[in-house]
Amino acid sequence: MSKVNNILLAGVGGQGILLASEVISEVMLMAGLDVKKNEIHGMSQRGGSVVSHVRYGEKVYSSIIPEGEVDILFSFELLETCRYLPLLRKNGRAVVSDWKIAPPSVARGTVPYPKDLTQKICSQFPSSIIVDGLNLALAAGNAKTVNTVLLGALSNILDFDREMWLTALQQMIPSRLLDVNLKAFEAGCQAK
Amino acid sequence: MKKVLLSGNEAIARGTYEAGALVACAYPGTPSTEILENITQYQEIDASWAPNEKVALEVGIGACFGGARALVTMKHVGVNVAADPLFTLSYTGVRGGLVLVTADDPELHSSQNEQDNRNFAKFAKVPMFEPADSQEALEYTKLAFEVSEQFDTPVFLRSTTRISHSKSAVVLGERPTEIKKPDLERNPAKLVMLPGNARKLHPIIEQRTLDLEEWSCQQPFNTIEKGAGEVGVITSGVSYQYVKEAMPDADVLKLGMVYPLPKPLIREFAAKYKTLYVVEELDPFIEEQVRAMGIEVIGKDKISICGELTPGRVKGQLFDQDSPTEDTSAELPPRPPSMCPGCPHRGVFYELKKAKAYVSGDIGCYTLGFMPPLSAMDTCICMGASVGIATGISKVLSEEDKRKVVAVIGDSTFLHTGINGLMDMVYNKSTSTLIILDNRITAMTGRQENPTSGYQLNELEAPRVDLEQLCRAVGVRHVTILDPYDLAMTGKVIRAEMARPEVSVIITTKPCMLVPRDNQIPRPPLAVDNDKCTGCKACLQIGCPAIIWDSEKKKSIVDPIICTGCKVCLQTCRFDAFQECGEIS
Ligand SMILES: Cc1ncc(C[n+]2csc(CCOP(=O)(O)OP(=O)(O)O)c2C)c(N)n1
Ligand code: SF4
Ligand code: SF4
Repeated sequence: MSKVNNILLAGVGGQGILLASEVISEVMLMAGLDVKKNEIHGMSQRGGSVVSHVRYGEKVYSSIIPEGEVDILFSFELLETCRYLPLLRKNGRAVVSDWKIAPPSVARGTVPYPKDLTQKICSQFPSSIIVDGLNLALAAGNAKTVNTVLLGALSNILDFDREMWLTALQQMIPSRLLDVNLKAFEAGCQAK
Repeated sequence: MKKVLLSGNEAIARGTYEAGALVACAYPGTPSTEILENITQYQEIDASWAPNEKVALEVGIGACFGGARALVTMKHVGVNVAADPLFTLSYTGVRGGLVLVTADDPELHSSQNEQDNRNFAKFAKVPMFEPADSQEALEYTKLAFEVSEQFDTPVFLRSTTRISHSKSAVVLGERPTEIKKPDLERNPAKLVMLPGNARKLHPIIEQRTLDLEEWSCQQPFNTIEKGAGEVGVITSGVSYQYVKEAMPDADVLKLGMVYPLPKPLIREFAAKYKTLYVVEELDPFIEEQVRAMGIEVIGKDKISICGELTPGRVKGQLFDQDSPTEDTSAELPPRPPSMCPGCPHRGVFYELKKAKAYVSGDIGCYTLGFMPPLSAMDTCICMGASVGIATGISKVLSEEDKRKVVAVIGDSTFLHTGINGLMDMVYNKSTSTLIILDNRITAMTGRQENPTSGYQLNELEAPRVDLEQLCRAVGVRHVTILDPYDLAMTGKVIRAEMARPEVSVIITTKPCMLVPRDNQIPRPPLAVDNDKCTGCKACLQIGCPAIIWDSEKKKSIVDPIICTGCKVCLQTCRFDAFQECGEIS
């Protein structure tokens, strides 16, 4: 049986992770593949960690990615990226926004935000891509489009038609926000 | 055939529509909530939030006695609340089909316990289906309605978090064009459960379980998937998916109905293997029944009763293989949820802590008052329990300690099962204080309407329960209405009511920050004046996510994007460092 591909999305509640995983899943469905996605939410509006698993291939059983078989860790926040690094497979890669959001204990000044996380990610997984998501999103015109910037960066390394990504974005994003999101997607595609 | 991606919950909603159901009723609870929220897109179905699960089931029973198909949904602990009508409904049976969804939460992603509701199926003698993906969630919902009518029984559909909240491809069907019109049909011998009637029904339901067992052996939802023929696995629900990942060569008996078990089919399957596994999450529910048939299996001696399964855990636990886990080392600080910036609950817990109250807590967003730095909750058991527990603990304490006890409950939880406790407080002359945090919504589960919000599930306006009048009507003489954003007043009222040797109720009245309709007046965010901030960290004691400690400058900063301008922080600062953005020169 052909290989199942695994993308693990990670970040903080409110960063648009669930929308991003929805867009990826729609693209895979359009490509005629079997898709499963899964997420843990319920209390996420209050800023906790959020993860979502997306798996695609000819036939997918579990919606949870088998531990250690993540191909791409697609993450919107640095600390959250590092939390899930052990789940990446050997030659896996992270596609990451270098945004730092202080968890409660850091915000209260009890512990520092961990240092050198970018180096940690890149030394363990050299083909990782780090994107300045927040600034690209601001340049596109809306700080809330970091997720779409990152989708642009992700689309570069996945082998699916650009048209499919654009169609999926059109389906999932309300029309008044579509333009700024298409710009953000483009910015992500250009980012290296 | 076009495929769409649906979550398990969306698929159950769709299945209910395709089954021709006319009524759906629920009380929200993760991971079940989205089923009813999705049913609202089908105008043909009357969908509503009930104040608790018992009422939700009773509404469903009424609709089914009228001849309609009815869906009732709840989270696993909701079935505890609805158990009373459920156990006797099992005796009466149904007229229109009745399906009860129980959404269990292995791993306690957002629950207070990890109970396995398959036990309820056996206990209440009610058949139970368990889907393994969204397509099955849709199909088994329809099937459950048919079985309900065919065997004259309510039917359970059991989901778990990973089924309810996973999306997979689904092929949709249609709703029947003709649906039988509900009407009145009297049948008291069947529907009035006096001992004489119920006694006659008991042997009938015992026979029903035997009939279902025999019938289910020939049904396609209980299937054998051939592998290499060396080991056999009995499994069901989401565990099936993990077995397929972890043991791709095994022969699998996949059970779509987990109660009653197809015993002859199991016997036939088991006979073929020297090594037979049962892979199931939580309790040894299938395993114990299979063992009782005299069949030896490997099950909970290897697979943990606690927590959910994953492909890695199945492999790891059965074959002692290590698989990686997320990094939980201390260098990576955890990121638990916390109350939103501007949450109206925050100030109350800040003041309760200052007043050294012993807080008998309850379940809702305000349970986060347990978390540091607020750290102001001492007990929390189940919905509504705060009130009775406060009464009980006060009974055994000294006069001095008694005064420290304060029960804290949300509006939705108060109407769910807290009101009964308040009647007891008054009737039995407790001296406790009850704080009702009325934010006009069931916030914890994603903001559902309830009888205090003034709206129904379908967003139509509805009468609002007047909590103050309600408390007075049960006999509370001292009810104070409070603005929880006023810290000085909040502290003063809490202390005064704690000291009062009589039952008293405090009701806060500010809405949840995340409900736009209740927050129409914009308030400018605050900023910290660098010159005035002395770095004393007093403001950090309220645990607002918008306030961040700058460890280099040793001063607090406010994130203007998420600050709601509620001004609670401002009242904790002795140096007047917080000002509205733009005021600082
Ligand atoms: C029996 C039961 N049903 C449902 C739930 C899920 N649940 C937890 S808290 C809650 C309601 C919270 O609403 P409210 O008391 O108004 O507090 P808020 O979250 O709005 O602050 C619900 C439905 C539960 N834990 N137990
Ligand atoms: S959702 Fe509403 S009630 Fe819950 S923490 Fe946020 S503001 Fe408070
Ligand atoms: S005003 Fe203060 S307490 Fe309120 S949201 Fe803003 S920073 Fe938080």
